[in-house]
Amino acid sequence: MKISKDDVKHVAELARLEFKEDDLDRFARQLENILEYMEKLNELNTSSVEPTTHVLQMSTPLREDVVNPWLSSEEALENAPEKEEGFFTVPKVIED
Amino acid sequence: MELPFLTIRELSLLLKRKEVSPVEVTKTILDRIDGIEGKVHAYISILREESLKASKRAEELISSGDYIGTLHGVPIGVKDIFVMKGTRTTCGSKILENFAPPYDATIVERLKNAGAIVVGKNNMDEFAMGSSTENSYFGPTRNPWDLERVPGGSSGGSAAAVSASLCFASIGTDTGGSIRQPAAFCGITGLKPTYGRVSRFGMIAFASSLDQGGPLTKTVEDAALMLNVFAGGDNKDSTSVHVPVPDYVSHLNGEIKGIRVGVPKEYFIKGIDFEVEKAVKKAIELVEDLGCSIEEITLPHTEYAVSSYYIIAPSEASSNLARYDGVRYGLRVPDSNSLRDMYNRTRAEGFGAEVKRRIMIGTYALSAGYYDAYYLKAQRVRTLIKRDFEEAFKKVDVIMTPTSPEAAFKIGEKTDDPLKMYLSDIFTIPCNLAGLPGIAIPCGFTSNGLPIGLQILGKPFDEETILRVAHAYEIHTNWSEKRPPI
Repeated sequence: MKISKDDVKHVAELARLEFKEDDLDRFARQLENILEYMEKLNELNTSSVEPTTHVLQMSTPLREDVVNPWLSSEEALENAPEKEEGFFTVPKVIED
Repeated sequence: MELPFLTIRELSLLLKRKEVSPVEVTKTILDRIDGIEGKVHAYISILREESLKASKRAEELISSGDYIGTLHGVPIGVKDIFVMKGTRTTCGSKILENFAPPYDATIVERLKNAGAIVVGKNNMDEFAMGSSTENSYFGPTRNPWDLERVPGGSSGGSAAAVSASLCFASIGTDTGGSIRQPAAFCGITGLKPTYGRVSRFGMIAFASSLDQGGPLTKTVEDAALMLNVFAGGDNKDSTSVHVPVPDYVSHLNGEIKGIRVGVPKEYFIKGIDFEVEKAVKKAIELVEDLGCSIEEITLPHTEYAVSSYYIIAPSEASSNLARYDGVRYGLRVPDSNSLRDMYNRTRAEGFGAEVKRRIMIGTYALSAGYYDAYYLKAQRVRTLIKRDFEEAFKKVDVIMTPTSPEAAFKIGEKTDDPLKMYLSDIFTIPCNLAGLPGIAIPCGFTSNGLPIGLQILGKPFDEETILRVAHAYEIHTNWSEKRPPI
């Protein structure tokens, strides 16, 4: 699998990351190497094997529908980089 | 023996008999940290005031006759991946450099309730992604046995701190070997419990279907003592399992006659260091002498574990780490002209190279057109690896292997080649994919004085048997009594 600089830029955009132009080549090569190693999995025929997403046999755990005390809004906002009147604030969402 | 070098068991007898006080012990450990932490760098934060305060409370309880139990007054370290109320918790990352969580992780809460005293937060690879602790934003930890070498990772700060007697035990996390491999590199005991045995609440998520917390200690008995305190279901973690927790210590009787030990041929391959192979084979001979039966087994899909893991773990990580967006906590790069710009710049500046690499691999593997070829394929292979173990455990009770194909490597040796670093987890990863418990214990030294680790894997929720076998091996050897010359 060949990974181009444009592929790296596209995936970075999906992941909300940015790379300096100089780093793109190095990153593309590293990803290519790693993904090439992953191709090893294609040696196995798995068409009749169920995927494992989780090792435990799980059912949805249920509990009584009662309110438990948890963080106050002040506590939840304590680590906010910016806040205003009990809300998190962010830069403008709708671009011009 | 001097106070810092004692095991939890030994120290607890002195504390209980009031021959030493929690304040005295805590001060001794803080003094030792002052003396040699500069060389090792096992901690990101040292909790001087907090631990002294906690030790005074522990002391008051003991003097008024309220001795809680074995961990009462025992100074421990906590990997900086576990949140602690009001205490800076960084996960080794710039993006959480100034994060002070508003609550305690369940493991931490249970340890505190048992009287343990947290002296500091241990260094780690950023977001637990790494095998050497070189990926910490706060600088690498050094191996106490050889300061030019890595302590392993990602719980390298925890392992180095226990090994250098900078705390009596620590808690770490293990997603693909991050407790066991550093324990092996630093010559101590590291236990990864069965997936679901220990609550993940308050443990910062890396790969949620693989992550599990566990103890790093000087001895097997100490690991059992720690697990006794924090194992068991938790309503705050819906993947923790509500099954009875046995008393892990009471089964450590040195008696292992009749236990069936499997030795998988796929773990003794070309490329494994010959001194490591020799030490592990000698350990297997010893347990045979102690009455175990040894059987060669096969785990045929072992060679696919690293590929499967390095798709599944980064995929889960790319999703988990989406939460670091500069909005609710952590770093925000100021002066952005839009929300999108703020996300991109904050994440570009806040994450280190390896974390970005994993987010990129995961995002790629989950993206449209590649999901079936990578993520789904890796999960199907995970099933095959899990089945290998299910077959093997029909015939044997435990499986013995090396923990790592080599002893501690030099700082900088593998940083330029991510794939080479990934392959150092080759013997620890299958256990996480299958959700099994595994323990690493010391079983010898290389000719240049580096510790070698033996790994014992068990059936799901059968920590008891691996602890019993590990303990029997330990009391018939003296590896766990060795301390680094620091």
